[in-house]
Amino acid sequence: METTAPVQILDLSARFPGVINPDTRAGYSGWIVNSTDLLPFATALRNELDYDYLSSVTAVDYLPEGKMEVVYHVYKTAGGAGVVFKIQVPRVDPIEIPSLVSIYPGAEFQEREAWDLFGIKFTNHPDLRRILMWEGFAGHPMRKDWHEPYFEEDAKPLKSRWPDGKMIMAESKNLYGDNIAYPDGFNPESQTFDPEKALYEALRRYQKDETGLDTDHIIVNMGPQHPSTHGVFRVAVVLDGEKIINMKPVMGYLHRNHEKIGERNTYIMNMPYTDRLDYLAPMSNNFGYALAVEKLMNVKPTERAEYIRVIMAEMTRISNHLFLIGTLLNDLGAYFTPMLYALEERELILDIFEAVAGSRMMCNYFRFGGVARDFPEGTLQKIKDLFFERLPRKIEEIDRFLSENEIIRSRGIGQGVLTAEDAIKYSAAGPLLRASGIPYDVRRAEPYSIYDRFEFDVVVRTNGDIYDRLMVRFDEIRQSIRIIQQAVKQLPEGPVMALKPMYQVRVPPGEAYGRVEGPKGELGFYVISNGKPSPWRYHVRAPSFINLTAFGPMCVGQKVADVVAVLGSIDIVLGEVDR
Amino acid sequence: MSDMYGKGILKGLSVSLKRFIETYLDNLSWLGKRYHTDKGIAHWGSKDARGIFTVQYPEEKIPVPEEFRVIPFLVYDEGPNGEKTLRCTSCGICPKVCPPQCIWIVRSTDSATGRPIPDPARFYIDVDICMNCGLCAEFCPFDAIKMDHDYELASFHRNVYDITRLSKSARYYESIRPVNARHEEAARAAKTASRTGQGE
Amino acid sequence: MESNELNSPNYEIPPELQAQVAITSLDKIYNWGRSASVWPLMFGLACCAIEMICAAASRYDIARFGMEIMRPSPRQSDLMIVSGTVTKKMIPIIVRLYNQMPEPKYVLAMGACASGGGPFKEGYNVVSGVDKFIPVDVYIPGCPPTPQALLNGLMKIQEKIKSEPIKTARWYQKGPDMAEIPVPMLGPDLIDPRKITLIHNGEKN
Repeated sequence: METTAPVQILDLSARFPGVINPDTRAGYSGWIVNSTDLLPFATALRNELDYDYLSSVTAVDYLPEGKMEVVYHVYKTAGGAGVVFKIQVPRVDPIEIPSLVSIYPGAEFQEREAWDLFGIKFTNHPDLRRILMWEGFAGHPMRKDWHEPYFEEDAKPLKSRWPDGKMIMAESKNLYGDNIAYPDGFNPESQTFDPEKALYEALRRYQKDETGLDTDHIIVNMGPQHPSTHGVFRVAVVLDGEKIINMKPVMGYLHRNHEKIGERNTYIMNMPYTDRLDYLAPMSNNFGYALAVEKLMNVKPTERAEYIRVIMAEMTRISNHLFLIGTLLNDLGAYFTPMLYALEERELILDIFEAVAGSRMMCNYFRFGGVARDFPEGTLQKIKDLFFERLPRKIEEIDRFLSENEIIRSRGIGQGVLTAEDAIKYSAAGPLLRASGIPYDVRRAEPYSIYDRFEFDVVVRTNGDIYDRLMVRFDEIRQSIRIIQQAVKQLPEGPVMALKPMYQVRVPPGEAYGRVEGPKGELGFYVISNGKPSPWRYHVRAPSFINLTAFGPMCVGQKVADVVAVLGSIDIVLGEVDR
Repeated sequence: MSDMYGKGILKGLSVSLKRFIETYLDNLSWLGKRYHTDKGIAHWGSKDARGIFTVQYPEEKIPVPEEFRVIPFLVYDEGPNGEKTLRCTSCGICPKVCPPQCIWIVRSTDSATGRPIPDPARFYIDVDICMNCGLCAEFCPFDAIKMDHDYELASFHRNVYDITRLSKSARYYESIRPVNARHEEAARAAKTASRTGQGE
Repeated sequence: MESNELNSPNYEIPPELQAQVAITSLDKIYNWGRSASVWPLMFGLACCAIEMICAAASRYDIARFGMEIMRPSPRQSDLMIVSGTVTKKMIPIIVRLYNQMPEPKYVLAMGACASGGGPFKEGYNVVSGVDKFIPVDVYIPGCPPTPQALLNGLMKIQEKIKSEPIKTARWYQKGPDMAEIPVPMLGPDLIDPRKITLIHNGEKN
């Protein structure tokens, strides 16, 4: 389905003659740009046409056609549909494409990921190192001709499971009893391995302040084993006393190959895997994926299913923000009391998820065309009890408990500031963007599902510091409660699935980018189908990953004790960062 | 900061104090019947929960809702003489739909003719791979594989379940999922009725 | 209680069992002290860590078992709850942490990913089960296991602790200290130093 309105297609073609051509493949949309004209085109797009927000950069491997393609999605912060443009180069090493970091600095981590997983070199990138795998890893894993050590077949279902499914553990088929493969002629004792060398070299390239005393700068590693509860995330900082001079986040400790597994799975099999991306907000991930595939299949869910989806998505948002309030306060030092209060309410929401979907966290509830099953008896009454009576009262109590606390105010106000221009530049999304003063919310900018039928405010605060980010989340909880109250009152009767339940869905060829406003930001799913039961390319635009581009600039110049607080207020979840 | 009088901290502490006192008052108002009773356990899941929120596992277990899913199990019907017939016909849909491919089925063959019989000779589920998604139970056309409720599965060794460990009776299934079982019985009765109606 | 009292109770014991009876009562007290105050290592990798945090929160209070003190430092903890997928990039760190834990130490593999790779087993960056590198005492299946299932698993660890007699405890044996597990290296793929000969054989092939 189209992601650009017909009017804009005409405009762009008239504006850039000879530079761009429309993408005419069946089911595709957008523009293909020549490699030499990419930088002037992007500069004009940002400066003159006001497309200042780069949402997603991803690479696609078209092995049968011998091409590598990089796809860019840009949007306006004023709202509305976006522009998709692509650049294609022949699939011959070394593959080089000009980097967009000088125009859209938010592309930094995404281009590093394309280098890591696909082997595309971006010229003039400030720091092109591997990001998810370690330096020294053999190969570029997402390429179509790179097979993992436990590889059996290109796509599931595997023939070895039925009808002659002799149970053989995958380990016994591998030479080393584990999913390991070495390049030919590899001698482990012939060299020493140092995957950290490139990181420390990049860390040492910073502006040295020559004035003042000549002091030593030390490098400290925070994590991956660290008491702040965000998971396995590592930050390497260069310190001058207590002040941070330079810092680099290191990720990939939870890289679970979600996209490669996604290319082997069929469409319905991917749904439980999306739960494990942002595991604190599972229903939103399901929502985004279902939207993307429904765009490809051209299927609309039933009315009752739409309302149920909105109710579940907003409940997930509240559950996520409650968890964030708990962990942020943990990081600030209020060890566990606010967390206990917030988790109490979250447990009641998880009870509803358990009754409806079957599991507290990995819900696997959405299907293409609706939701998996209807509410059981008594659930609607429980939802009404919770959201009309109990939660509004409890949120006021937690707000009274925390928001005027002097310690939180002095640690939060004015610390870790992200200005509005920086937020747009670094492609920040979600509450991070709205706390800095930009009122961009995907539910209002490009409404999906039935969000245009509900009255709610887009929450904005102007300072962009840690305190504002905490307050933005309290306000968002209140708006979510408002949406749920309206949705529950308007919930119609009827079926919850538009299609017959089938485990092999027919998806026509094409591409689709389905995005939702997840609790952490804009969560996008870019799916390319070639008509087969499995997707050709499946990419997740993860908000936590891209929000971390702003983490470095936010912390440089602050004290090291604020790093943990800033990280807590950005709200990352490692399942999304590393996929 | 000019307003560092401590007012905010006192406000926060008053909230904690209120909850602290509420805990004891709530406990007393139950007159000793709060712990280890079903009514007490149900109270903690309701909107009026106040005070201590803890459910003391293992003496008190929160009853799981009907849709709850852990590991799959195979359903067998019990005949009049106690013989157990598995409903599974080894059609192969559940290994095809399982996302991490953790189901292995060997279809039995007739020893005389060599043709396949709709019965599983071997059925393995590697529980250390299973992601509890429930797709196998959702798409089984014979109501033969369903998701279990028993989550107390900790063990000292790795877990691969074979067909004996996986088989549980239809009566057990009806006890854990009564509403679903009734719907399925009704659907099956309607199907046989329409088939006998057509046959006439 | 003095050992004389333990060694001479007020009834006839056959001479073969005398030594065992003394140790058994002492065992019970020793193990009771250990099992009632296990300190877990705060080691949350992925989604299962959220259920571990929920187990430590107010509804399924882990403090009733004496385990609410989750230490971030391995030098001060007894039990390593590996909760979440173990990736190749992370396994050298896990092995190093395990080596730094003092005896007596236990490992609990929580969830399908830590037990056997879980749904991500086929990935190129995933280690199929943490027991490929460190010895695991209890496995809890589930994805993720509910906090009640985790508490069940912790009770199994307590059971295991209670059944260990002092006579055969490995940290009191004479002889060299328990050998450290060699830390794997990150080369073109994960290199396990215990399998160097296998890699050489593979290279020859």
